[in-house]
Amino acid sequence: MTSVASAALLGVGAAFLLTGTIALLRFPDVFTRLHALTKADNLGVGLIVAGLILRAESPATVGKLVAVWLLVLLASATGAYAIAARALREGRQWPR
Amino acid sequence: MLWTLAVFLLVNVLVVLLRVVRGPTASDRMVAALLFGTTGVAFVLVLAEALGSPAVRDVALVLAVLAALVPVVFARVGWSEDSGGGDS
Repeated sequence: MTSVASAALLGVGAAFLLTGTIALLRFPDVFTRLHALTKADNLGVGLIVAGLILRAESPATVGKLVAVWLLVLLASATGAYAIAARALREGRQWPR
Repeated sequence: MLWTLAVFLLVNVLVVLLRVVRGPTASDRMVAALLFGTTGVAFVLVLAEALGSPAVRDVALVLAVLAALVPVVFARVGWSEDSGGGDS
């Protein structure tokens, strides 16, 4: 039961990460790419972490996985803001 | 199953290198670095589980910390478009 749920979470997470990758390659400019990447990839990493938590043996492992997930959230939030602010400063227009 | 997932995520990271090559600006390349911070971390976590080695999980932790710092440094200090872009 747990392994089925874990496999399902890992699979859905991988699908979201694939969405982020495709968006990064296909979307036309830096703002739309940021928009797609930061949302889809955070969800994907969260689902994969949830799937791995179900397989973890010790509470320490669970804590480490949650810490990684929180750091990734922080990285995406600050990163999206910083990159978008710099792109605007460089004169990239939104909307185009 | 875990190995398949790890390879799949690694292929995702490698495909995104296309975006780094294409650019066209430093900001676009930095978005690709942001993806290394998410998909790359997920890849390392899955790899740690597949290998059964907890030490690899610490690699993911370090990668996540660095991924949080890199875009801020890029936006604050950064490089200008004409210094070392190399795609002209």
